[in-house]
Amino acid sequence: MGEARAEGAVEASEIAYRYGDRIALDSLSLRVAEGAIYGVLGPNGCGKSTLFRLLATISPMQQGRVTLFGDDLEGDPSAIRRHLGVVFQNPAIDPKLTVLENLLCHGALYGMSRGEARDRAGRWLQRFGLGDRSHSRCQSLSGGMQRRVELAKGMMHQPRLLLMDEPTSGLDPAARLEFWETIESLRAQESVTVLMTTHFLDEAERCDRLLLVDQGKEVAEGTPAELRSDLGDAVLRVRCHGVQQAEAFRKQLLERLECKIEQSADQLLIDRLDAEVDWRGWLDEFPQQVRELSWARPTLEDLFLRKTGRSLAGDPASLPTDRPGTSRRRQGGTRA
Amino acid sequence: MSGQMVAGWRGAVALAVREWIRFFRQPSRVIGALGQPVLLWLLLGVGLGRSFQGAGGIGFSEYYLAGTIALILLFTAIFTTISIIEDRKAGFLQGVLAAPVPRWAIAAGKILGGGAIAWVQALLFVLLAAVLGPLEIGSLSLSLIAFLALAAIAITALGMLFAWPMDSTQGFHAIMNLVLLPMWLLSGALFPIPGLNPDATWGETLFHWAMRVNPMSYVVAGIRQHLDPAMEATGWIPGPMVCWMAMAGFALGLSALAAGMVSKQPKGRR
Repeated sequence: MGEARAEGAVEASEIAYRYGDRIALDSLSLRVAEGAIYGVLGPNGCGKSTLFRLLATISPMQQGRVTLFGDDLEGDPSAIRRHLGVVFQNPAIDPKLTVLENLLCHGALYGMSRGEARDRAGRWLQRFGLGDRSHSRCQSLSGGMQRRVELAKGMMHQPRLLLMDEPTSGLDPAARLEFWETIESLRAQESVTVLMTTHFLDEAERCDRLLLVDQGKEVAEGTPAELRSDLGDAVLRVRCHGVQQAEAFRKQLLERLECKIEQSADQLLIDRLDAEVDWRGWLDEFPQQVRELSWARPTLEDLFLRKTGRSLAGDPASLPTDRPGTSRRRQGGTRA
Repeated sequence: MSGQMVAGWRGAVALAVREWIRFFRQPSRVIGALGQPVLLWLLLGVGLGRSFQGAGGIGFSEYYLAGTIALILLFTAIFTTISIIEDRKAGFLQGVLAAPVPRWAIAAGKILGGGAIAWVQALLFVLLAAVLGPLEIGSLSLSLIAFLALAAIAITALGMLFAWPMDSTQGFHAIMNLVLLPMWLLSGALFPIPGLNPDATWGETLFHWAMRVNPMSYVVAGIRQHLDPAMEATGWIPGPMVCWMAMAGFALGLSALAAGMVSKQPKGRR
């Protein structure tokens, strides 16, 4: 992790949130050091968007306490909001307005005079390579450009904390990479603290620290390297011919070996496997079950699977039973 | 004015400007809000022209002119406030809610922006009617322009009150059909407000009171008095002063209610 100072930019303790009977956050605590890029990683419906909405002061606090740069989140809302740059998952720019019109409107909402807003908008658009597009309507821009407009909007009032909710979802890989370069340069040059939610592993790997969340609870916390090392140096992944074959093979292995085996759809994950075990022969030994074997460095996905028994990607097609697939993607406003 | 006030109005004006730009960049909305009332006016004017005799010898087209203007105000107000629901869905509103601008400014921006659009649409129609004939140029006055502005604010604030709590445009359409259009029907736009005579039927008495408490009645009566001050009274008609006071009261009261509703914090700690 980088040169973070001792003071916490965000300190949340024991926050809980529920929508009616459904628990979205369950006594979650976190601490984000100033100047860090902090990621909250979890499958859809894990509560990360609820956390985001609480920190963005859009949802009211129900339980627990949060401070931002030492100020209580429930204090004077307009003072708190001035410190926050917020980038939503759903586009918050008006597609019918031009890029500049959007930023001028944003500036006015943050109390800037028109002249000041115009100056700052011009500077940020230049910086994000949008200088020549300021009079284009936002609906005519590519997805990546629209995201950069959102980012310019979020940074225009010089916030100390940039909050982003899955900012790169819907972007192609090239646009995502570009977005990340922008974020890293922002952190370096503007000394802004970044807190973002994501369900992309490659994105999580780029964060200084990560909080893994599942069903509103903390699963693990640490730097990406620390988290991965939890599983040892390498893991064995076994891809089977189907979900049932995987189940059967898992039972078979457990009878023979002393180890932990997690299953995700047609895949088995085996960590801390005894070096004596000759898994290379399995392909020939169990041709009915095993399709593919791979020996690899553990990923965050593996860690998540190991700790929760669930896949991070949460593809509902692969495991139809025992997962809250139906309540995952809720309507836009109240996504958890 | 305090800093908070200045910041609030700055935000409100920016939101109103945005509303304005958005509206005129969607020509279908302009045509919908202006076209349908005009079409109704033409169709009803021709269709009902001969069978109508209620308002002191004037034709239905003349009688219905005030109602058409009120309908243009209502439709435009509906179209602009319905965008609140779209904003909520698209995410624009989230961005506004995360900004330090005071909440009342969000209501003020919507009402100012939507009201200004409705006002201009109504003025366009008045001008059109004056150029094409049915309206005498002499009846255009600053007083009419001011009254229309007040009415536009009141009706937009009313639309805002219905639109803010909604999470679907379908819900708003139901409100429009069940509440807003009947309000217009019972405003004296199509038929005069029945008087309270000793021989009035219970239905007429019911209509009388329903129409008398209806804000739209004062919009229609106020516009009609401006267009044709000499028009003979049929049934019950509020006087010009009453119309002005009612309109000012509704504009202020409904706007304050809307601002209060937007400012209400969602339930928090439990």
